[in-house]
Amino acid sequence: MKKNGAEIFVASLLKEGVDTIFGYPGGAVLPIYDVLYKAPIRHILVRHEQGAVHMADGYARATGRPGVVVVTSGPGATNTVTGIATAYMDSIPVLVFTGQVPTALIGNDAFQEADIVGITRPCTKHSYLVKDIRDLARIIKEAFFIATTGRPGPVLVDLPKDILSTHSDFIYPETVHIPGYQPTYRGHPGQIKKAIECILASKRPVIYAGGGVINSNAAEELSAFAKKLTIPVTTTLMGLGGFSGVDPLFMGLLGMHGTFTANMAVMDTDCLIAVGSRFDDRVTGKLDEFAPYAKIVHIDIDPTSISKNVSVDVPIVGDVKNVLRDMIKQIPADKLSGFKKEIKNWHGKVKGWSRTHTLSVKQDPGGKIKPQYVVERLYNLTNGDAIITTEVGQNQMWAAQFFKFKKPRTFLTSGGLGTMGYGFPAAIGAQVAFPDRTVIDIAGDGSIQMNIQELATAVQEKLPVKVAILNNRFLGMIRQWQEFFYDKRYSYSCLGDRPDFVKVAEAYGGVGLRAKKPAEVDHVIKEALKVKDRPVFMDFVVSSTEDVYPMVPAGQPLSKMLLV
Amino acid sequence: MRHTISVLVTNEFGVLSRIAGLFSGRGFNIESLCVAESTDPKVSRMTIVTTGDDRIVEQITKQLNKLISVIKVHDLTGEEYIERELALIKVNSTPENRAEILSIVDIFRAKVVDVSPRTYTIEITGDEEKIQAITELLRPFGVKEVVRTGRVAMARSPKK
Repeated sequence: MKKNGAEIFVASLLKEGVDTIFGYPGGAVLPIYDVLYKAPIRHILVRHEQGAVHMADGYARATGRPGVVVVTSGPGATNTVTGIATAYMDSIPVLVFTGQVPTALIGNDAFQEADIVGITRPCTKHSYLVKDIRDLARIIKEAFFIATTGRPGPVLVDLPKDILSTHSDFIYPETVHIPGYQPTYRGHPGQIKKAIECILASKRPVIYAGGGVINSNAAEELSAFAKKLTIPVTTTLMGLGGFSGVDPLFMGLLGMHGTFTANMAVMDTDCLIAVGSRFDDRVTGKLDEFAPYAKIVHIDIDPTSISKNVSVDVPIVGDVKNVLRDMIKQIPADKLSGFKKEIKNWHGKVKGWSRTHTLSVKQDPGGKIKPQYVVERLYNLTNGDAIITTEVGQNQMWAAQFFKFKKPRTFLTSGGLGTMGYGFPAAIGAQVAFPDRTVIDIAGDGSIQMNIQELATAVQEKLPVKVAILNNRFLGMIRQWQEFFYDKRYSYSCLGDRPDFVKVAEAYGGVGLRAKKPAEVDHVIKEALKVKDRPVFMDFVVSSTEDVYPMVPAGQPLSKMLLV
Repeated sequence: MRHTISVLVTNEFGVLSRIAGLFSGRGFNIESLCVAESTDPKVSRMTIVTTGDDRIVEQITKQLNKLISVIKVHDLTGEEYIERELALIKVNSTPENRAEILSIVDIFRAKVVDVSPRTYTIEITGDEEKIQAITELLRPFGVKEVVRTGRVAMARSPKK
């Protein structure tokens, strides 16, 4: 039976098991919206296309399934760019379907025309412009395959309007054939053997795990591997939740705002086992002084990540989950107890660091609310059982430091691109996927205003997303850098005390709550957690002068930490 | 160090900009780039000449491999390969120096492909040094224009 392009598009989504999409209609995609009118797919109507991509991204991070976006041509498409770049930097499978002017008009500067394939080429894993209706189903199949396999990432498919209304036979391909795309999933046995030898010969090993652990659903394997060898673990921002934050082997975050323990351990280790991480500059600090005594074992599915920033002694290209499984199997039993005994001293040293330098908040009951205290209370009052998203800046770092993530896919943050305005729509996406779970966006008063319009989406969809605004009336991280490095010249980082976030939430039909004193914090959180049918803004009026510690100034080695 | 990299890509629109964008976005050099259809019309062959230290060239080949449109990447540097470039050189000519120009053309096994009362256009094929050499020899006559294709390369087959 013949279907038109829009029908083929929707039928293909159903074949891929898509039940939810995030989108915004417009002229070029009206044929799709006409089909969606009666299709068994939930469509979340956003208020800005950037929000749609972050929602799809949050949905993907929380579930492990790809997020799907539909937007129109021109401005609809260009509004997705920040969302796409965010997903690209953090390797998140997102499918963005953009409308395009009819093929005959492409290149004509037609109304609402933009070369979105060209614009997004550097920030997509791959992209397509569909020029022939007979290619449509194959392209959609390939797009899903590429987005979700190997190192995941966003894929954009541009759909000219005439293609959407042309008829063709619909046959959804069973398989894909892409000659230039064959990700390596199994680690090379020789390299795995070398890695195990390298680890067993070490006396001060450290595991440094990143977002790859979460993307490959390898948290269990990582935990088994670390526990079998009793190796201390630090994670990157993207890796939080990939290893339990309450495990005795966990040292916390490393890098610029990492813990004293994690950073000292990395600077002292003789064998650094990088698992699904990519040696980002926020992690390494000054590159040539990073982990100076370490042999480096690096497991990653993306060969370009290996030896990009630091030279690696034992590279293993492969899926983290498979490689860790193989490694666990191949650890020689006869050497294990000797190794564990050998690294006892190392455990003592690591414990010593964490004993003297714990992350803690001292809230003066009569003083101003400390933002860290709010995060700590959120953790305690939810028993840590929540999906946390963040914006970018101080709120993000405090969330990472003071919320202990026990499970993967419970901490959603824009790590690579550092996108302000990510957290709220991402929380909406996660809440769409898990309507019964507690989803909290830990936000700043700056970031929340970058996608605040999505309150309307959450209200319309009856999504009880909670937003904890750590309202310090500043762009806090900017203020902090100006304090430290620009002689306290607070150039345009003060936002003032507007808007009234309680009124904003109420105006949209959500719930607004405010805490001005430490004693009010618990009450506000408890009230917020009771709300099950609407979004809640919790406006925590916090101290303006809190800084994020420890801090390694940009370009300094990890040992040069500023500690309070 | 200079590297000649041979790349097989799917023959579809936008591939060239993916490759060019990769080089410019990551700050890699392109000295020359040649692209044309291969024996399979669905596949194109690119020859890219680039410079960089080992670490950079390793990244270049890995990043090229990562592109979905790239089927195969082969860094020819360090093995036996043939490299050729074609150049068209338009040189001033006068009745007095024509013979001299023609003898240079002859020595280099080049060809005169266009003649006007005041110019010769010469076609030369060879490696970079050869093209450099003939250009230098012709320069005293007044080289008006040079157009070069950039290099194409192919690995030599094993002799045994």
